[in-house]
Amino acid sequence: MNGHMDRNIGLRSQRSESPKIHDASRPTSLYDPYADSNAPRWLKFLWRNLSPRHVFIFIFLIAYPFIVSPFFTFQVGAQSLVLGLIALSLTFLGGYGGIVSLAQMSIAGIAGYSLAIFGSSSTDISLGWPWWVALFFSILIATGCALIFGWLSVRTEGIYTIMITLAFGVAFYYLVLQNYSLFNGFQGFQKVYPPQVFGVNWRDPIPFYFIALFTAFFGYLSIKWVIRSPFGIALQGVRDNPRRMEALGFNVIAHRVAAYGFGGLIAAFGGVLLVWYNGLITPGSVNTGWQINILVIAVLGGMGHPIGAFVGAVVFVLLQTFAIDIIDRERFNLVIGTVFLLIVLFSDDGLLGVWTKLSKRFGNKIDFPQSAAQTQRK
Amino acid sequence: MKLTDRQWGLLIVGTPIVFFSSWAIFDNPRLYFVTLLNGLTLASLYFIVASGFTLVFGLMRNVNLAHGSLYLLGGYVGFMIAEKSGWWLLAVAGGFLSAALAGLLLQVFVLRHMQGQELRQTMVTIGISIVIADLLLWSFTAQVHQMDPPIWLQGPIRDIPLIKAYSAYRLSLLVFGIAIGILLWWMLTKTKVGAMIRAGVDDRHMLEASGVNVNFVFAITFMLGAGLAGFGGVIGAVELSMVPGEDTRLLLASLIVVIVGGMGSVIGAAVGSVILGLAETYGLAYAPTYSVVFTFVILVLVLAFRPRGILGRPA
Repeated sequence: MNGHMDRNIGLRSQRSESPKIHDASRPTSLYDPYADSNAPRWLKFLWRNLSPRHVFIFIFLIAYPFIVSPFFTFQVGAQSLVLGLIALSLTFLGGYGGIVSLAQMSIAGIAGYSLAIFGSSSTDISLGWPWWVALFFSILIATGCALIFGWLSVRTEGIYTIMITLAFGVAFYYLVLQNYSLFNGFQGFQKVYPPQVFGVNWRDPIPFYFIALFTAFFGYLSIKWVIRSPFGIALQGVRDNPRRMEALGFNVIAHRVAAYGFGGLIAAFGGVLLVWYNGLITPGSVNTGWQINILVIAVLGGMGHPIGAFVGAVVFVLLQTFAIDIIDRERFNLVIGTVFLLIVLFSDDGLLGVWTKLSKRFGNKIDFPQSAAQTQRK
Repeated sequence: MKLTDRQWGLLIVGTPIVFFSSWAIFDNPRLYFVTLLNGLTLASLYFIVASGFTLVFGLMRNVNLAHGSLYLLGGYVGFMIAEKSGWWLLAVAGGFLSAALAGLLLQVFVLRHMQGQELRQTMVTIGISIVIADLLLWSFTAQVHQMDPPIWLQGPIRDIPLIKAYSAYRLSLLVFGIAIGILLWWMLTKTKVGAMIRAGVDDRHMLEASGVNVNFVFAITFMLGAGLAGFGGVIGAVELSMVPGEDTRLLLASLIVVIVGGMGSVIGAAVGSVILGLAETYGLAYAPTYSVVFTFVILVLVLAFRPRGILGRPA
């Protein structure tokens, strides 16, 4: 359904697509050897879009687990990547679709629960299917649920969406908490581990870190790709002015529902990784606290750019891990709540917004493009 | 005979309810009526909390996601006052005033400076609710606190036909709910401030243009809304007990009530509360593991057929 829709939109949007949107986010290099040659497209693309900092970050991420202790690899590195991936789905919805959904953690939870139910765990309810079948169905079900949630909440806008998705999320929490026949109630599912494939135990810190890194990288690239596709550009149009897009002949509701679906797909992968990371899933993993934590991560990092989700996740995880040193361990919520409040009060676009402001003041060239949502807000 | 849409809706919703009710009354009349009373008393608590939420939303387009925290704050303050003084009425007043004061501070120092930025206001209230919830957890621990009802409301009322005995306190909740409803109605329709609030709900800019100090009206409304949450916190503290987590529960209830009833409408809040209260208690009594599914189905049906709520009007 998704692909079909993309093509339709593609046909129509070729006329209305403005080249400005493309160029705004692209660093213009002075020297472009491929400007007139017939070099392959990917080479041109890489030359124009890669800068040294990308390479540095990439090398750093690859080398990271080999430099630091397993604790840092698993608890800090892998956890940040997994939470960042779930928050990334919200960044996509919020930053590019103008939809702030609090149900992303529930989508992830649906994927996690489906994986535990279809796959294997220590509970009798689990069906014990092969891991790849369970994985496939859990992603499918979670994406389907995201589409249904989306279809139900697209009629609403802005703050109404927050309320309705929050209500969905809490309803899901109470469902898994109270239902014992399918979701095993308060106990949830224990011992849901990643499979042993190619003789590697994928739960070990370094292999798990690389699965998380690979998935997160893939999610990041797919969002970078989608937001430049005709669908993504139409979606940003819907975000900025739904009435005008409607008048231009775009189906606003279909775009929003499709955005929910795509966001749901990313959140579903995050959910699967989260279950594997924790080794268990309980109602506690999808409670209101976690739903809001995902929002906190996305907003903390900044919704103007997909990297914000991961920046937010790293800060969140570091605070979570080291709150014990700053102030009492139990007071983590106070720390994260205060940080969140300060960021929301004083920055328009999370930490990325702070970075942009600082780099403007000190003449740094690295600049994250501001999303139209922010400019509108001012 | 040709039926209108409304009649069709009533028919589709009403038939299963009538069938269920007749079966349940025939099967076990006492359980049915006790559940009915439980549902209505819960609904009146929901109404008290959600009416504040919907008032604030209707006037300021501000989703105060810290509303649940104000509920819990009022509850704890009321609990402390009751412990110290032993006066229940004083506790109720204390809960109302403390939450109202917190709401006023929130309005004047934070939300006023971002008027019109709905999303940002929502984010800020989320941040504040996280901080308040943790501060309350810090000072009152995760222990369950429960307040004693006042002496004149302790014990059951006996000799009611069919039901036999029912908690006097729970019945008083119903009285409180109705009283608050009447008071709000009186305030909104008969007083000058009420007229300003209603005018503000309809058209804020016009109200401002006609020389009314809108900031004053906002502050009053926010105080009243927050105070109602605190009031609900104290009277809920007897029946539901106070633990961290109740704040999100009541916030969710308020959200569902205003989504179902229609945002910004006090009558809508009453309708939504009755629907939610009854659905929850009947669900718990007759199908415990799936009770939340009823709530969800109601939410979905309302969203699918009346996206702005049963009594909602286009913004």
